[in-house]
Amino acid sequence: MTSSPILQLKGICKRFPGVIALSDVSLEVNRGEVVALIGENGAGKSTLMKILGGIHQPDEGEIFIGERPVSIRNVSDAVTMGIGFVHQELNNLDNLEVAGNIFLGREPLWFGPLKLIDRRAMISGSRPHLKRLGLDVDPRVLLKTLSLAQQQLVEIAKALSQNARILVLDEPTSSLTAGETARLLATVKDLRDQGVSVIYISHRLGEISQVADRVVALRDGRNAGELPREQITHENMVRLMIGRDLRSFYVPGAGGKRAARLQVKNARTAAWPGRAVSFEAAGGEILGFAGLVGAGRSELAESIFGVRKLIEGDILLDGSARVLRNCRDAIAAGIYLVPEDRRRTGLVTEMTVRENVTLPGLWNYTRAALISRRAETIETRRQIDSMNIRTPGVETRVMNLSGGNQQKVVLAKWLALTPSVLIVDEPTRGVDVGAKAEIYRLLRALADKGVAVIVISSDMEEVLGISDRIAVMHEGAIAGVLDRAEFSEQRVMNLAFGKTAAA
Amino acid sequence: MKKELGIGGLLLALCVTLAVIPQSHFLSAANLRNQAQLIGMFGIFSIGMGIIIITGGIDLSVGSVFALQGVILSILLVEQHWPWPVATLAVIGGVVFLGVIHGFLIAKVHLQPFIVTLCGLLIYRGLARYIANDETKGFGEGSFGWLRPIAAGYVGPVPTSFVILIVVAVVMFIVLHRSVYGRYLYAVGRNEEAAKFSGINTNLVIGSAYALSMLLAAISGIILAFYTNSISPSGHGTFYELYGIAAAVLGGCSLRGGEGSIIGILLGTALLQVLQNLVNLLGIPSSLNFAVMGTVILLGVLTDELLGRRVSKRGAAAGVKTAAPGVPISEAV
Repeated sequence: MTSSPILQLKGICKRFPGVIALSDVSLEVNRGEVVALIGENGAGKSTLMKILGGIHQPDEGEIFIGERPVSIRNVSDAVTMGIGFVHQELNNLDNLEVAGNIFLGREPLWFGPLKLIDRRAMISGSRPHLKRLGLDVDPRVLLKTLSLAQQQLVEIAKALSQNARILVLDEPTSSLTAGETARLLATVKDLRDQGVSVIYISHRLGEISQVADRVVALRDGRNAGELPREQITHENMVRLMIGRDLRSFYVPGAGGKRAARLQVKNARTAAWPGRAVSFEAAGGEILGFAGLVGAGRSELAESIFGVRKLIEGDILLDGSARVLRNCRDAIAAGIYLVPEDRRRTGLVTEMTVRENVTLPGLWNYTRAALISRRAETIETRRQIDSMNIRTPGVETRVMNLSGGNQQKVVLAKWLALTPSVLIVDEPTRGVDVGAKAEIYRLLRALADKGVAVIVISSDMEEVLGISDRIAVMHEGAIAGVLDRAEFSEQRVMNLAFGKTAAA
Repeated sequence: MKKELGIGGLLLALCVTLAVIPQSHFLSAANLRNQAQLIGMFGIFSIGMGIIIITGGIDLSVGSVFALQGVILSILLVEQHWPWPVATLAVIGGVVFLGVIHGFLIAKVHLQPFIVTLCGLLIYRGLARYIANDETKGFGEGSFGWLRPIAAGYVGPVPTSFVILIVVAVVMFIVLHRSVYGRYLYAVGRNEEAAKFSGINTNLVIGSAYALSMLLAAISGIILAFYTNSISPSGHGTFYELYGIAAAVLGGCSLRGGEGSIIGILLGTALLQVLQNLVNLLGIPSSLNFAVMGTVILLGVLTDELLGRRVSKRGAAAGVKTAAPGVPISEAV
């Protein structure tokens, strides 16, 4: 810490009606430093960043950029002061070309009063920023033709083109594959070496220990402590975030040989029509599915669940073949899917907790074909209690719950029925540490009851921690299946990139 | 429920205003009877429209369907001398079949509801004019068994259309607010994908909504045909789909889908009719009719939007609260 801080937030307080979101929070960022900001959902990270971005005004406290006290009244203030944001959900227009996104809102103009966009200047102006990030794409291509990782880099390029000296990355890797994540982390380090300061917000502690120079933790709207580079360890970060040790994050399985509940034979999906997949999942085990995004894991899951067509292949449940033409058939057979994108496909977010929990099995709550709200409420209460869903009540709209609690509601939808096979796609995406541990325990408890649990995860640590066996997919096929004794990050990565298990 | 209270209050205020204006004749038996007749007729198909809007769709073909079914009903009864139950069932069945086609094209083929029903609007109007040879059709003085008494008669002092509306509203209330199908309609309207992933046959739910809506439209259409007793194929029923949409939206249905209630639609229908009544009774030039209606709908939707924004602001703050683990949730509400 030789240089003086480029950004200081001092004694920030922010109250919302009835709640104190931030209380005397301070944050310092030095030039060319990567500061990881961690904390459970609701700890105040996003409120603090919204204050930095000019979306909220602090009730108390001061902000200094360099030596100068500033007030950030709106988003454009933040941009002028050199603060750039890359949000968790990308805020770009994928129907525009790359250059158009980088210069969005400040397109170079020509032809005087007609204000036509100078496309050539825009394209040539984009090139250096893309180059700086090592992003080898033509600025003239449409953004939607790029991968999510590339789109993310375009967002960063946009911030850099606005001369951002402080870059805030909010969960930048939540939709990236392992390889893409590694590349993004390298980019972050490059930017740091070029003197850009980065505030890095993530739930993925592994990434933080790789990239961060310092960790700042928030808990319940207060500073919970800091860790210098040499003290950044998993245990230390978790302790700061939740204020105690998480004794056993993952609950190991009982082990032993079990009978196959789900058998998939020679399944081919539209995503990889040339590749056939066969595997078995036993009752009582958690079978992990690792692989790069695009390896066909979600497509396979959705095909087993019946929302996509299986081109070919057999699905056997408890030894007998089933024809699953659509997800109604799958649900009737006891095969359930917790989808990857819970807000788009997992939940009707404008509906209440009760309405979501009972939706798949609504007929179970009817009397003379009419819905009994009392029966619904009783079941929903039961699920809320058994899963520890934090909600003001059964009639709360799901959109008002935190990510972790929303995910528990999706699980509750299926646990209110009787699962034989539960496929969970990215179980803890956007879920905070406390809820993560609870979800892991729930999945393990389900397996112990004899359910075959299949977990698709791009989070290496998670897939290694939770699974009894791991099937690794590469380009639509299963490259290898690892038993618990064989687990290692290296083996999974090798298989995911298409090398053989022996490597 | 707040929306319904708001619109109900507005309706009440309007009625009281009309009642206290001297010599407005608002409370006269003849006027009340006529109002009930119109509210009944408009309410039945507006409920159907509301259901479609709840699924996130729209039906622009209703007015043209009225013309087509009116012309055909007249021909069957007056010119072909079909027995009235057969003619009535044939017409209702035909209209429901049109709804099934709409539903198929929208749910299964995934065409946009606006486009499908816009084409319906053009096609049915054209067919009506062609079949009728562009001549005005009617039913004369004949009663056609029980048909005219059912469609345009009275139960005591109350017009039958109003009685039918009450029956339809009660049935549809149970369907929409108490049955599994009703819950599915809302779920599909709010998030079709999530509904599908929950095992709902979304195509069937959406498709059947168009058929159901057309069933209600067919009932309204018969009442309308006997009410006017003269069906000019080029003008009969024009703009009626828009009345239905207006009533549903005024009553709290959102064109984004997933929102609305039977009570709201009923209140919206009544409000529209009383508004028109106001224009007539106050001697405002009837040419201003549409302008008044448009203004009121705009104001209603505007108020709703502004109130909604305030509520969602509060909701956003509540979201922060519920997410904060240290805060007891009971305090957050």
